[in-house]
Amino acid sequence: MVQFPQTPFDASFSALSDATRRGVLEQLGRGDASITDLAEKFHMTLTGMKKHVGLLERVGLVATEKVGRVRTCRLGRRRLEEEAAWIERYGQLWAARFDALDEVVEELKRKEKGDGPEGR
Amino acid sequence: MGLKGDSRTTVERASESELVVTRFFDGPARIVFEAWTTPELFMRWWAPKSMGVPLLSCEMDVRTGGGYRLEFGQDGSESWAFFGRYVEVIPNARLVWTNEESEDGAVTTVTFEDEGDRTLLTLKELYPSKEALDEAFIGMEGTMPEQFEQLDALLASLGAG
Repeated sequence: MVQFPQTPFDASFSALSDATRRGVLEQLGRGDASITDLAEKFHMTLTGMKKHVGLLERVGLVATEKVGRVRTCRLGRRRLEEEAAWIERYGQLWAARFDALDEVVEELKRKEKGDGPEGR
Repeated sequence: MGLKGDSRTTVERASESELVVTRFFDGPARIVFEAWTTPELFMRWWAPKSMGVPLLSCEMDVRTGGGYRLEFGQDGSESWAFFGRYVEVIPNARLVWTNEESEDGAVTTVTFEDEGDRTLLTLKELYPSKEALDEAFIGMEGTMPEQFEQLDALLASLGAG
């Protein structure tokens, strides 16, 4: 039997297999929120939401800060770094493609001018 | 071989479901458009070596309503197809196509604008949702599985109690 590696798509789902936790990350991507806000949004008890946030916080996906009686949650450094890394990689793919496209464009220009290859 | 010219290619997450890439090319828009819409030329740049997976075949019927199909793979035994339709084609100026290999595929719009002797190329990928864009990123990031597996294990151990 051939062993197929788990696809990144599957992996992302199993990693954040809990719909509430995924929802919390998505929500925090739009803006900071208190645990009370999140609990209301996801129709959960405060205790239940605290547990979810606690899990996400321990792995660095969420950061929290308590001011007075309110604990505010925001995306953690890890989550932000991941997003930055994705953008970086996406940009690298296009940069590599476009560098190759430059060569095709140069060649078409030369052909059009009938310059021949001496400009290389 | 390293990546050159990264600084010339800009990427911006324009909204939670949209990515925008811009790049100048030293040539007129009609030439960049030709390189983009002629299969044998397109195949020379769409899958650069650094991408790691060669483009095996490319069919494109570049007109409004026409289809395209790209196949990637090391050889014929295992390949991945990308396909969709051209929603709008304005020669030398604008291409809009769908990505239909998944339900959450983006709609891609590329514009080619002459600026003096150069072309400003703008590529926009609009995903149906923020989640779809996030998934696309995850699918692209080859190093992510291990990170996610670690995270998965950690979450499982933390949640076990």
